[in-house]
Amino acid sequence: MLRYPLVALGALTLGGAIALHQPATAADESPKIKASAHLYDTYCAQCHGVNRDGKGINVVGLSVQPRDHSDTVAMSSLPRDQIVKAIAQGGASVNKSALMPTWGGVLTDEEIEDMADYLLHVCKCDQGK
Amino acid sequence: MKAPVIIAACASLTVLALAARPVAVEAQGGGVQGPTSDLTTQCASCHALTKPANPTVEHLWTRKGPDLWYAGDKFNRDWLVSWLQNPTTIRPGGVMWFKHAKAGDPHDTIDTATVEKHPKVDAATAEKLADALLLLKSGLVTEGAYKPEAANMTMGKLAFGKLRGCVACHQDAQGQGGLSGPQLYDASKRLKPDYVITYTRNPQQFDPHIWMPTLTLSEPDLQRLTGYIVSLGKEDK
Repeated sequence: MLRYPLVALGALTLGGAIALHQPATAADESPKIKASAHLYDTYCAQCHGVNRDGKGINVVGLSVQPRDHSDTVAMSSLPRDQIVKAIAQGGASVNKSALMPTWGGVLTDEEIEDMADYLLHVCKCDQGK
Repeated sequence: MKAPVIIAACASLTVLALAARPVAVEAQGGGVQGPTSDLTTQCASCHALTKPANPTVEHLWTRKGPDLWYAGDKFNRDWLVSWLQNPTTIRPGGVMWFKHAKAGDPHDTIDTATVEKHPKVDAATAEKLADALLLLKSGLVTEGAYKPEAANMTMGKLAFGKLRGCVACHQDAQGQGGLSGPQLYDASKRLKPDYVITYTRNPQQFDPHIWMPTLTLSEPDLQRLTGYIVSLGKEDK
């Protein structure tokens, strides 16, 4: 009698393990990082690029090159609170280009905080020193 | 011996089936009922004709055409009638630019071959559709919001370009400007001035998730920008 449920449980566990393993891509990234990446694609990549390298489709209309978020050295020099302020209140609020608009009306405070974390993740600024 | 195997197989299949489901059901949100004309229902397969009840970021990713629930605020009738018979690309990056963007050097580009084309209709249908579309109003646009007497083309152009950066996403002349927003070089024909100023003042009123941000623009800024935008394309009439 004991064998049946055990076998079923084993199969369930195996099935579950396979199921959980399915989304092999970016399985190591947290849900917050994934959510921020999606928001980045929606709002930021138009200027900052599909590859987060400052080479978005709108570069053709810009007189100033958007920041390259993949540049570890340059990004490391930015204090996190400045990043948050630039996103929420625009480039001009941190003495940068006014071409970086204010996103405070589109993204929530929490989404902006998460985006700052995401940028530090993209530039690998959060990985060792 | 067979029973446990079947039970186990069923259980595994159930687990797999559950896991294979789309993680988030991306509700379109937009209702498709409402407009009086049944012709307009042709448009509803791609366009939201009533205000989406629960607008989401996903709506922007899944919709096949721009929202039209405020088409009556937005479009000039003559332009609608003519465009519906001979549609041209208004959004160089397509309905959702990211879907057509290709990473590249010196910058990303739009794969124009994949940008959606709008179906053509005949003249009689275009007239009927235009009439039906003009009935769709948001209630957000006040007549007289734009004051033409305040227009100043030089200041408006400066604001559109360097000062406020509209050109980052919108073209004010063919081939000049960004690609993620609709082109504005024929805005005088296409758009109603009171809509332009109201939308620019706060795009999130129309869609809380749209990628056109609410900028910190003063009333004179808004008037100047609108004056410039609604002058575009006038000369080649």
